[in-house]
Amino acid sequence: MIEWFTMASWSPYIVGAAIGVLIWTTFLLSDRPLGCSTAYAKTAGMMESAISREKAGKMPYYRKFPPRVDWQWMLVIGVIIGAFLSAYLSGTFSLLVVPPLFAETFGTNMALRSAVALFGGVLMGIGARWAGGCTSGHGISGALQLSVASWVAAICFFAGGILVAGLIYGFSFP
Amino acid sequence: MAFENLRSNARAQILLGLLSGIVFGFLLQKGGVTEYEVILGQLLLTDFTVVKIMLSAIIVGMIGVFLMKWAGIASLHTRAGSIGATVIGGLIFGAGFAVLGYCPGTAAGAFGSGALDAAIGMIGIAIGAGIFARLYPSLDRSILNRGPFPAETIPELIGMRQGSVVIVVAVLIACLLYFFEVLGI
Repeated sequence: MIEWFTMASWSPYIVGAAIGVLIWTTFLLSDRPLGCSTAYAKTAGMMESAISREKAGKMPYYRKFPPRVDWQWMLVIGVIIGAFLSAYLSGTFSLLVVPPLFAETFGTNMALRSAVALFGGVLMGIGARWAGGCTSGHGISGALQLSVASWVAAICFFAGGILVAGLIYGFSFP
Repeated sequence: MAFENLRSNARAQILLGLLSGIVFGFLLQKGGVTEYEVILGQLLLTDFTVVKIMLSAIIVGMIGVFLMKWAGIASLHTRAGSIGATVIGGLIFGAGFAVLGYCPGTAAGAFGSGALDAAIGMIGIAIGAGIFARLYPSLDRSILNRGPFPAETIPELIGMRQGSVVIVVAVLIACLLYFFEVLGI
């Protein structure tokens, strides 16, 4: 049993099925789907409140998604801890700034990778809130509820992603 | 409902959110999707780990969630979408997905596994969400409600019973996953 936790990786089918079971529990115990991007909107709202509580309180978006520590916010904190536990137990935890694939093509300049990651993150943050969810909220939780918007969103995530990844690294298919 | 008290207990929900996140992060890391190479591999169509995990989660999650719904112990939470919100937002997200190489959940998991570029990406996602929140009133007036989808769920859209759609989707996903294995993808 313990070997399972120290294994470096599990079959994607086992991982996916277990995420499915995890989502049963979030529906049952918390009456909500599992999604990560709302937490980032709440974090942005907390920053906005720190600058001006009055102004943030008047912003319509933060009335829809009140900036406070709740289930959604703790979920993302938990993801950091859970991934750390998994990596630590399997001995694969290692600090890195430039992923190997990025380094092969663009070099090991940390400032370049940081700038690219920040820019990609900003695009992703805008897109996630624009579409109303991310890979987990739309791509898994929404899709499994047979939501039309979620299936369309997931297809667009991959369409946009495949196009831009191809522009960055070159299309590997004919 | 039996879970009413637990669901409305704010403190218990904070703890449950943390626990759900720990399990989710553990699974994402074990699945390998906290690695930049695996995400880019999916978008370059050379590694199908991301899609295999998502489809397995959908098939298992869907069957359980609908059974609980029919048993009256869970409810669905779907929202309407539109071309202006879902398609445009989805394409912007996709571009960010390829540039960052992580998504909002896997970025947190990658950070937990030691990828500091993912932590910078997380800051970027929060900044992006903040930019969207500032633009929200004008976007809501101009773009977000353009081209609303005719129905909220697939069963409503195609006029089939929920149970039938669940079976059809489960069979289609199972076939797709089977083909992945047969073709060695």
